[in-house]
Amino acid sequence: MNLRRDVFQAIADPTRRAILLLVATQSMTAEVIDSNYDTARPTVSKHLQILTECELLKQEQNGREIYYHINAERMKDVADFIEPFRAMWEDRFNKLETIMKNYKGK
Amino acid sequence: MEKKTKIDAENGKQDLTITRVFDLPVELLFKAYIEPEIVEQWMGTKVLKLENKKHGSWQFETKDPHGNVVFRANGTIHEFIPYQKITRTFEMDNAPFDVQLEFLEFEKLTDDTSKLNMHVVYRTAELRDQMLKLPFAYGINMAHNRLQEVLNKLK
Repeated sequence: MNLRRDVFQAIADPTRRAILLLVATQSMTAEVIDSNYDTARPTVSKHLQILTECELLKQEQNGREIYYHINAERMKDVADFIEPFRAMWEDRFNKLETIMKNYKGK
Repeated sequence: MEKKTKIDAENGKQDLTITRVFDLPVELLFKAYIEPEIVEQWMGTKVLKLENKKHGSWQFETKDPHGNVVFRANGTIHEFIPYQKITRTFEMDNAPFDVQLEFLEFEKLTDDTSKLNMHVVYRTAELRDQMLKLPFAYGINMAHNRLQEVLNKLK
């Protein structure tokens, strides 16, 4: 299995990105995650399964409940890969914006 | 804070999209792309040639403080529609990367805001990933050089 490919496919989906953001704030059960969405329960389960398979989320048994929490290490790997490229453009565009704002003032 | 610049690079594909919303009228955003002295400021490179017209060409060059050329790139402009669109090629000199195709779309959002959509197409998916990783590799080199500097001072 190409883990990297799966990870990028996983985060390409807007619902899965939303789930990651939600769980990043606090570990929670599938039920609680589900209550945040209008979509059907099986859809959320499927997303959780994919996110768990590519190790972006970890499951933890707590009594009778299974809590999902974010795998920070894995999230960092994914973010770092593109982040310097993005930061390079962000830096250029910030300069462009500043220069042109001053230009406007002239 | 939300990141203003977004990169959309689907895995396994040979293209990517860079989008950014500017607090600038589209006229000023476009101007930043066609005035050589302004391009030089924000791109951090010298503009040797920039012919803003269909079938025009461009050439950028960066030298280190010793006058050695560290970066040179060139390309041709295939489509030029003021305040709307620039289609151009981009190729780095003396680098093992094939030419890439860039579609730059400028969009007016309000009188004071605009959006840039940059669609870049590479020859292969592998090449795209290599280009994506360049700043990442460069970052590691920079960190390594700084570390080296510190170590040299300790000697």
